[in-house]
Amino acid sequence: MTYWTLTEADLDRIALGCGILGTGGGGSTYHGLLRAKALLREGKRIRMVRPADMEPDARILGIGGIGAPTVGIEKIAEGGEGVRLLKAVEQHLGRKVDALLGDEVGGGNGIAPMLTAAMVDLPVVDADGMGRAFPEVQMTSFFIHGQDVKPAALADSDGNVLIVTEATSPKMLEKLLRAGTIAMGCSALMTTAPMTGDFVRRFGIPHTTSQAWTLGDAVINARAAKADPVEAIMAASGGIRLMRGKVTDIGRQVMAGFNRGTLTVAGLDHDQGRTVTVDIQNEYLIAFEGEQALTMVPDLICIVDSETGRAIGTEELRYGLRIDILSIPAPVLLRSEIALASVGPRAFGYDLDFIPTGISADAPPVAHYDIAS
Amino acid sequence: MLRIGVDVGGTNTDAALLRGAEVLATVKTATTADVTGGVGAAIRSVLASAGEAAGDVAGVMIGTTHFLNAAVEGRHLERVGVLRLCGSSSRSLPPMIDWPDHLRALVDGGAALVDGGVNYDGSEIAPLDADAIRAACADWTARGISSIAICSVFALVDATMENDAAAIVAETMPGAAISLSHRVGRTGLLPRENATILNASLRRLGVETVGAFRSAIAELNLNCPLYLTQNDGTLMSADFAERYPVFTMASGPTNSMRGAAFLTGLSDAAVIDIGGTTTDIGMLVAGFPRTRSEGASIGGVLTNFRVPDVFSYGLGGGSIVRNEEELTIGPDSVGFHLPQKALCFGGDTLTATDIAVASGLAEMGDKSKLAHITPELVARGLAQMKSSIEAVLDRMKPSADPIPAILVGGGSVLVDGLLEGTSSSLKPDHFGSANAIGAAIAQISGEVDSVVSLEGITRAQALESVVAEATARAVEAGAAPATITLVEVEETPLAYLPGNAIRIAAKVIGDLQA
Repeated sequence: MTYWTLTEADLDRIALGCGILGTGGGGSTYHGLLRAKALLREGKRIRMVRPADMEPDARILGIGGIGAPTVGIEKIAEGGEGVRLLKAVEQHLGRKVDALLGDEVGGGNGIAPMLTAAMVDLPVVDADGMGRAFPEVQMTSFFIHGQDVKPAALADSDGNVLIVTEATSPKMLEKLLRAGTIAMGCSALMTTAPMTGDFVRRFGIPHTTSQAWTLGDAVINARAAKADPVEAIMAASGGIRLMRGKVTDIGRQVMAGFNRGTLTVAGLDHDQGRTVTVDIQNEYLIAFEGEQALTMVPDLICIVDSETGRAIGTEELRYGLRIDILSIPAPVLLRSEIALASVGPRAFGYDLDFIPTGISADAPPVAHYDIAS
Repeated sequence: MLRIGVDVGGTNTDAALLRGAEVLATVKTATTADVTGGVGAAIRSVLASAGEAAGDVAGVMIGTTHFLNAAVEGRHLERVGVLRLCGSSSRSLPPMIDWPDHLRALVDGGAALVDGGVNYDGSEIAPLDADAIRAACADWTARGISSIAICSVFALVDATMENDAAAIVAETMPGAAISLSHRVGRTGLLPRENATILNASLRRLGVETVGAFRSAIAELNLNCPLYLTQNDGTLMSADFAERYPVFTMASGPTNSMRGAAFLTGLSDAAVIDIGGTTTDIGMLVAGFPRTRSEGASIGGVLTNFRVPDVFSYGLGGGSIVRNEEELTIGPDSVGFHLPQKALCFGGDTLTATDIAVASGLAEMGDKSKLAHITPELVARGLAQMKSSIEAVLDRMKPSADPIPAILVGGGSVLVDGLLEGTSSSLKPDHFGSANAIGAAIAQISGEVDSVVSLEGITRAQALESVVAEATARAVEAGAAPATITLVEVEETPLAYLPGNAIRIAAKVIGDLQA
């Protein structure tokens, strides 16, 4: 088996890329990056593995954070939550788990599985279920293609572990996990049911950690060469620039735990005179120019600082920011009829048929796999 | 009643004498290594130039970059014992994990993570472990550490644990300097803890420096209270400043902007400070500088202090002008060599000042030395400087509506006429000492940032209790209760959860108790 063993420099790149793939949400990568580097300094290792290299009957567990980022920055993780989740699930299943992965590559959850993996020395599969960030647990290519709802579990920093042994639907599972998270103080680590290597190979979005690394690497190299980091992101992602502009208005409201709003951006440079608005529900959902939708969910709308290429989260938006609105094609798996029912515009309450922007192409694995032992 | 404002900068010490709203005199002196002497000389000089007697002074307000410089340069810092009240939570990221190695080596006196702390709704994570605290104290005492930073999870929801832990430390380590996180920072454990540790590392320097200020005013027979200005442009008493020196960190730019507001009578405006090397642009909102949304990094240490949102870039009177393939102005500058280097002073370097002199906007040096500069270059140079300021201004403005601009600093001669996006341009008198004036006019504030559970109480009740706490802090810091007004409220529901917890930040401001 060939592994890609991560270095601190790799982690910096991955964190930057996860920020961009967060499409405005997914939480900060700051804590995860600090913790991952600390683990490497303790002599632990983080090994990535390509989905194609997994045994068909291997058991793979998805791990990620759930809850309010505001709570997570104050009551920080204990560190052993993932290990407790893993043990609880293994005990429930009566067999060992062979690898971990992240259900969501966007934001801090793109790093979350690596922390547990380093502690128990399991590999992390270079794939996820979103290729971006989404607000709800069931919005993954895994659940869309029939991932079992059970057993799913939550663990908190106090030592509580909750296992869900049955749920009537993935949507119901989301409700149960959300309620459990609140009982645990609004911040927890979660896992969905273990999947087989074969299932992940068929229904996982491949090489999204590689993609994050490639995006981060492009930004870091462009900065070092004093080149345009935004151009570098487009070249590395197959994305296009919808517009370069300046934030002129942010209408915000929070309803039922979801940060909704509309961002208005006035064009600059070549885009002088244009106005683009972006609808927000924790993440950037749909970009409009007038009545016309330019890009819509599940295609990725990524907003980055025009100067630095750093991803701008929905909570950081303010008047005057110079930004580039980028559109990156959603992974192949998210554009199917069945996927659009869960993560297309209608799933977010829009009376719109999905119109793709650009051509989907799954990301290749980084070259490190071939160099690594 | 007379007030004296003093701004102790790295290079200059400015002093301003005010009677009510009238500026009687301002002076600029060189900062001395001996703080007492420099401050004393500035105060003596400003009193003398106005012909006023020391006995009539009702208060001295000092703004200083002393503590900021100490933290940035890693000088005069003491070792700190860190007590985190967290139960099992937060152990994945121990204290000082994100500090630069050199500063950690100077400040880290060992951390104890003990049972305690609360959840977002105020429920206990674990009961406070007094025995563990006493054991940690014994260890710190044995190693000669006497400054302790205490930080509890969600201390801003309930500070009882921090206060109880402080009592145990005070009893076990008599004479220890104790810094409490709920008095220092905002929500966000790591940056708040970092700020508390920085504060603790500055405690000894705080006592020394405030002591030096005290002796300076005592030597001048000024029998009046002493205050220090803090990050938000308001005052803290000298006693409070000894305990919380970290609050002085960003007071410099704040005082300048507050001074600019006072000198023009404007409360909402852009302040454009053009010096010899850089231009600093900030926004006044309701008389105070608008703050950055992200926290300040001090010497590489991430804190969540609110500091003025000032955009600084390389344009000033000494900026070097190059007319090659394209015309560039700055970002490099001849700096304080302007009187030797600029063409108009007989030097060999074309500077932004030369462009201003050639255009007739400024009169200095010898204009005849600039005869070879074409009117076309002058016009392009002026237009380019103006449009660079306009671009930053546009980025900084709170909305697209035009706002007044206040121009201060020696380089403000570079700008002629109205800037795009502004409604007026003002260049007030005394602009060179706006920082000392900003210190002299400062008021008193109280601030609280808390996560509140709405379980069993209404939103209005929650807001009321947060405002009451902010008011209590302002009164403790020296505000006259009758003058206190609420200036800032920020409510943020917690995202990704349909629960009913809410983050409330409130700030009140009042006049100094007479």
